[in-house]
Order: sequence, then C-alpha cells, then structure tokens
Amino acid sequence: MGLVPLLFEQSAPGKRAVTFPAPDVPAVELTEAIPADLLRKEPANLPELSEVEVIRHFTQLSRMNHGVDVDFYPLGSCTMKYNPKVNEEAARIPGFALTHPLQPEETVQGNLKLLHTLEGWLCEVTGMDRMTFQPAAGAHGELTGILLIRAYHESRGDTGRSEVIVPDSAHGTNPATAAMAGYRVVPVKSLPDGSIDLEALRQTVGPRTAALMMTNPSTLGLFDPHVKEITEIVHQAGGLCYYDGANLNAIMGYARPGDMGFDVVHLNLHKTFSTPHGGGGPGSGPVGVKSHLVPFLPVPVVEKRGDRYVLDWDRPQSIGKIHGFWGNFGVIVRAYAYVLTHGPALKEVSEYAVLNANYVMAHLKKYYDVFVDRYCMHECVLAARTLKHETGVKTLDVAKRLLDEGIHPPTIYFPLIVEEALMIEPTETESKATLDRFIQAMIRIHDEARTNPELVKSAPHNTPVGRLDEALAARRPNLRYRAQQG
Amino acid sequence: MRYIPITQAEKEAMLRDIGVSSTEELFAANIPAEVRLKRPLNLPPALTEMELMAHLRELAAENANTAEYACFLGGGAYDHYVPAAVDAVLRRGEFLTAYTPYQPEISQGVLQAIYEYQSLMCELTGMDLSNASMYDGASALAEAAGMVVSQTGRSKLLVARSVHPHYRRVVATYMHGLGVELIEVPLEGVTLDLNRLEALMTDEVGGLLLQTPNFLGYLEQVRQIEALVHARNGLFVVAVDPISLGVLEAPGNYGADIVVAEGQGLGVPLSFGGPYLGIMATRERFARKMPGRIAGATVDTRGQRGFVLTLQAREQHIRREKATSNICTNQALIALAATVYLALVGKEGLREVANLSLQKAHYAAREIASLPGWRLAGNAPFFKEFAVLAPAPAAEVSRKLLEHKILGGVDVGAAYPELLEGDAGADGGRAAAALTFAVTEKRTRVEIDRLVAALREVK
Repeated sequence: MGLVPLLFEQSAPGKRAVTFPAPDVPAVELTEAIPADLLRKEPANLPELSEVEVIRHFTQLSRMNHGVDVDFYPLGSCTMKYNPKVNEEAARIPGFALTHPLQPEETVQGNLKLLHTLEGWLCEVTGMDRMTFQPAAGAHGELTGILLIRAYHESRGDTGRSEVIVPDSAHGTNPATAAMAGYRVVPVKSLPDGSIDLEALRQTVGPRTAALMMTNPSTLGLFDPHVKEITEIVHQAGGLCYYDGANLNAIMGYARPGDMGFDVVHLNLHKTFSTPHGGGGPGSGPVGVKSHLVPFLPVPVVEKRGDRYVLDWDRPQSIGKIHGFWGNFGVIVRAYAYVLTHGPALKEVSEYAVLNANYVMAHLKKYYDVFVDRYCMHECVLAARTLKHETGVKTLDVAKRLLDEGIHPPTIYFPLIVEEALMIEPTETESKATLDRFIQAMIRIHDEARTNPELVKSAPHNTPVGRLDEALAARRPNLRYRAQQG
Repeated sequence: MRYIPITQAEKEAMLRDIGVSSTEELFAANIPAEVRLKRPLNLPPALTEMELMAHLRELAAENANTAEYACFLGGGAYDHYVPAAVDAVLRRGEFLTAYTPYQPEISQGVLQAIYEYQSLMCELTGMDLSNASMYDGASALAEAAGMVVSQTGRSKLLVARSVHPHYRRVVATYMHGLGVELIEVPLEGVTLDLNRLEALMTDEVGGLLLQTPNFLGYLEQVRQIEALVHARNGLFVVAVDPISLGVLEAPGNYGADIVVAEGQGLGVPLSFGGPYLGIMATRERFARKMPGRIAGATVDTRGQRGFVLTLQAREQHIRREKATSNICTNQALIALAATVYLALVGKEGLREVANLSLQKAHYAAREIASLPGWRLAGNAPFFKEFAVLAPAPAAEVSRKLLEHKILGGVDVGAAYPELLEGDAGADGGRAAAALTFAVTEKRTRVEIDRLVAALREVK
C-alpha cells in the first residue's frame, strides 16, 4: 500500500457518486439494438466510490504535488510562470466552453474572431505573416512546421532535400521531429557559448539541406550573435529556417524571429503566454509562417470575409490536418486573455525575465561553475562540476536537496553539452524575496556539500516519498493496477 | 505589469548586484542591433481584469452555446454530462500549475493519477497497457499508424473509409513524410465493405485502421474484420468511443492490437474542439514501440510504494531522432479529468450513461425515420449516433433547427457522396442531404420531440 491508496483499493461494490435520470423514452432491448457478439459480457472493472471519497482522494494526491501555485519552479526552458486565475474564468465562460466544434459558422463568430485576432497579435510579436492554432503542444508545432517546409520544397519540385540540420545543444524534440517528418538528422556543432559554429554550418549546408532548426536564445540562455548570418547561410543553400519558440519569453518586444530571417516559428502558449501546464498538458503550439509558406498551412484557416469570419477549407496545397478539430481552443482563450492583460507591455515580461535570471546568476556564480561568463537572457546555465570533483556531490544531489526547501529544482543535465548542468529559469513573475530565498538555498547546499555531503547525497528528507527506484520501474514494469495484486 | 511583483527600488538593487545600470545593458550585450525591434509592439492597450472579463463575455455572447441550445451534434465531440466534482479537482493549483512530473518525490499526485488513468484505460479497453495520453483521438490514430509501420516494417496501410474524415486527414499528414501509402477501404452501405477489405488486405499491408462506432455512428463487424486482418499478419487498430464501452465489447476481447480513442466524452467540456484527450492502449508485446509518457509503480528508499515516469528509453529526450515519437507535453490535465469522471460514475454509472444514450438515440432515430421524406441512411446497428437522408439541403435543415434553439445535423453528404448517389427514395426522389445526429444521456424526450417537430417542418 502506498501513501494514498489507489482508487481501486478504496472501491466497494454498490457505492456511487453520480446518478442519472430514469429513461424517459420507450425502452429498446439492448440485445435487439446490438448483436450479441458486440455487447460487453462483463462491465469494465471501474472503481465504485462516493463523491466525498473521490474528492478526498484527489485532494490528498494534490497535496503530494508541487506547482507554481505552491512555490518557486525555476525549471529551465519550461517557463513556469504564474498562471493568472482570471484566465481560468475566461476559458470557462459558457459561450466558449460550451460550443461544439461542428456548429454552423454563424453560431461561433465569437470563437472565430478570437482565433483570428490572436493570430494577428502573435504574428506581430513574432514578425510572421500567418499562423495556425491546430498544434496541441510544442512538439506538435515542430512537426507541423517541418511538414510545412517539406511541402514547400515539394511544391517547387525540389525533392532532393533530405536533411534537417539540428545543433547538438537542441532540445530532443528537434531531432525526433525531423525524423518523424521523414528527414535525416544532421547535427551541427555548437561553440562553447552555445552559438552555432558558422564554419561547421557552412560545411554542412548544401543541396540536401531542407531546413535548420534553431532555438534562440539557445538552450544556454544566450542569444546567438550571428543569427542573421546563420539564416542567410541556410537560405543561400536553398534551405529554410525553423525557429523553436521554447525561449521566446526572453525577447518579446526586443527582437522577432521573423526579423532574424526565420521562415517558420512555433510558440508554446503554455510557456510564454502563461497557460497552465496541467502536470504535462494541455499545451498549445501555434505555428507562424512567412508568406511563402501560407499556402501550405493546415486546413481550415480562419479568414475574415467582410465582417464575417469563416473556416476556409479550400486550400489545395495544404499539408492537411494535424488536429481532429481546430486545436486546443480552451488554452488559446487563456493566451488571448493574457495578451490583452499586457498589451505592448509584453516587453516588460521579457525585461523582468532577463533581469531575474541575471540576478540569480550574479549571486550564484561564485559558488557554481559558469559555463559562459556573459550576461544571460531569460535563463542561466550553471554547473556543479567543480562541486562534484571536490565533494562528490552531483547536480542530481543538489536538485534533490532543493526539494527539502520546497523549491522545484532547475532543469538538470541539460543542455547535454554542459557537464553537470543546472538550467535555471526564474521567469518574471517571481518576487525578489523568492529569488533571494532560492539563492540562499543554493549557497547553503553548496556549504552542506563540504560540511555534510551525506546529507545532500541522501536528500530529499522532507518529501512524502524518498528517492524512487527508477531502475526497478524499468526492469519490472508495473504500469497498471490488476485486481489480484491487491 | 500585473503579474510582475518587483518594485522599482528592488529592481534598482538587483541591477546594482548584477553590475549594470539598466536592463537595456543586458539586452544590448546579447541581441545584435541589426535584429533589434526598434518600435513598440503594435498591440491593443492593456485591460484590467474587470475590462477583460467584460470584453470576453461580449465576445462569447456572439456564439450559440449548448446551455442555451439543445445539442444533437456529434462527429467526434459529444455533449455528455460533466459532474461538478471533475472541475473542482482540475482547479487544484497543485495539478493545474505543475509541469511534467520530472521530480517524482514532489510529483506523486500527478504520477499516481497517471497510473490510475492508465489502469482505467486498460479496464475499459481490455488492453494490457496504456500511455499517459496523446493530444486527441485523431493524432492518437496517426501515432498508432506510425507504430504499425515501425512494428511490421510494411509501408502500406489500410484505412477504413468509415473512419472520421478529419482523422483520416491527420493520419495522411503524419504519414506523408514517412512515405507510407494509405489505401482506403470503401463502404458498403454505412459500414466497411468486407469483400473489398479481404481483397486489399495483402501481405504487403501493415494493418487496418478502423473506427467503431464509425464516423456515421454504426458498429463495424469487428470479429470478421479482425480475422481478415490477422490472416495476413497485419495489425488491427481500432478507434472507439470510450462511453460506448459501457455497453459494447472491449476491443481487447476481439483481438485489437492497438486501441485509440477520443476521450472527450469522459468529463471534458466541448470547448470548440479542444483541449481533448487522445487515448492509446496496446498489448504488452508492443510496449517498447508505444509513443508518449508512461507512469509505473516502484518503491522508494524508505520501502514505500511510489510512482515514476518509466520506459523512457523510447522517448525523445533520451533517444532523440530514434525515439518512437516526438511527443512530450500531452494532455495530462484532461487525462486527470477522465480519471475523476470514471471514478465518479463508476462501474454502474458508465453502463447507465451508455445505455441512456443508446436508448435516446434509438428513440430519436425511429421518430425521425417516421417523418415524411426522411429515412435512415442504413440499417446497421448503431450506438448513440446515426445517419439520415434528408429531403432538404443541410444548410436549410440547420437554419430551421437554429430557429428552434437546436444544434444538430452534421452534414456528411460532402464527405460521403455515396450515401446520396446510391439512394433512390421510395417515392423516386433522391435525398437532398445526408446528416448525422448524436443523442447523449443529457437530451430529454422533450428536446428530442422538439427536434422531430422541427425536422417535420423541413420538406
């Protein structure tokens, strides 16, 4: 038995939380309506509980979980900023939440107007021409974007382009995406500061180059000073440039991917635009394109004709559909509310995100290794390399000890090109007091590593469970409850 | 500035600690002037919370919603009842504002909920294991197609024409880059043509993608189809409606290799098409081909049961270009909604929801079919949705229904012209449109009778 019994372990026959009205239509026998061999013989073994038990179960589970609402969450590259409560109300307005995706267009003008308007705003922020909201997450947006690039090359009869170039500092989704779209992945080396090695890039591009995928600022939290040259090198070779928007929170109002020469960009509304992550989704990964890629956007595209909004399906060069309907609309409503809350002051979001990251770095670089000693953007990458060599305390241990402070650790062991990396993204929504508390915790752990390393290596001590045996989980997979395991 | 809790004095102190006099210095040190945006963003002025909600309510009021209209629309999204307790759980900030559970010691809530979700999906579908969720039903089917190709090494796939047309387009989009050839198996009436299936299902074909109840609402002959697919060592992928599994046989009991579903019916609001829930479950032998996150039970250093993300060697952050998929963020909170929903309705409740939907749908079908000029499009068994042939164009029907505060009738004639071409009405006149209607447990007899009365006015 665990700390909270499973739903199944609390089940008792005959209990129920919801009842339904009695049938009010003339009855039809199930066996008359459905052939016997298609009917279920045994009901699904679902747990039987009362409402109070269900609520307490999930409330107890929630109390074993960290969220932005609980405390600091500086998880690098994930932009765990505060998720405004009014946006939750916005998505639940019946006029949005209770609309069916196949309603006649004249009955969803508000929804279509919202999509069309937000598209315009996000194009302004990114410097792109049009945008699709169908992708449900960042990786889904990447796939959409790379398929758009494929469609572009194919439309020109340029079918020899079989490679996508991905820097070795990139998120794992980039190479996985390129492979899913049928491309060979060609890595290109990053320099120690995370920027792309221009010479290596020149050697790599050629007639087989379909695209370059790039994150800027890079996963080291540094803006690539040669970005314009990089996109020019790729364009000259006939390839297109893809901007991974994971780090857009660093540059809103300061610089735009469209002005850097990118042809395609995806955004993570669940990062930069403050929609909640929900423990791993739903997100939303809209994809913006320059005009030469507009014909290939997924169908339907929301168009304004006169004063009416319509879904335009008549786009013969479209890549098709990427989502069953129009995307994660409820998430998009929250992002719309977020943009309207800020207006042009979205620039201050990036300003304070960058201020906070530099403040943390300034205080911690005396204690942890700095990979590149330069002002960072919205996140800073530190490392526990020296600490490990001197005390045996690894980045993982530092992370686990932070749990005892009630703080979610930074992203660890990424980017891969930094040994013992700690990638810290405070975001703009944290107070100075919170940042100071984090800084003090990191310094205290650094001291503990010298005075009492075992304390750090055996952390966490104050969490509901201790370190979990992940090797056992993989070796002997137990992926579901079975009645006999009781 | 509403969500930036730093005072001017604090900002100045922070800048001093960093060693710069303004944030501009930080940006100037990073971003070359040639790509700097030299003007303010052209966005509307910021609104206060009060102004924002007023604006949004005004915008939302331009829509018709299912609280005001009786909804008989289906086609992959259904107006099932959502118990109040579901949203109460989703609003817990510890669930709502958490990231993916990368630190299991402080993520046991999300991890155990995923494990419970996986368990429920296995019970429902009769399969061995489930992942933590996919984006929606359509993308889950597309990922299943990728699994079949990867598992069998065959680059042709059969797709039943009775599968949701949007899903087929999503599958085609996903498969295009991989060079997979998709072959459509036609309809005979309102279900799959088994003779054509037998002819098309060769040794070069990896398997079949089927949906049951199909897009038109009808049940496919899954046992005969399973035999035909497996006779050629193909894989049998079945897309289902999870609510239907309250009364219909679990796909695991008729030989499905991969089961996918759109989980929206399990406690998720219609929300104009998303966020929804992609369900995916499969057999143990395909575990390492499964895309997406999976939670597993293990023990901690204190000997307690706990949960972690596991089998991660399949995933993009480890395997990069060799991963089974690029998916990482999925629909965790919506999977939680489905978990809470199933815990609330329980074993009996799910059967009741399914049975009530079936009863009401069959009543509605009988009543509509009895109207002059209206006919059912086929006589195959159906669950909660069915297709009818209408005497007037779809737009006219829709307009008439809106006058009666009814949303209903998905126009399927354009996607399935064969329903109309094959039709020669008893009176010699051909139908003007083919429409599907869906009926859930929420629809009352009064509403159904109102629908029928409105349709009677369409001639």
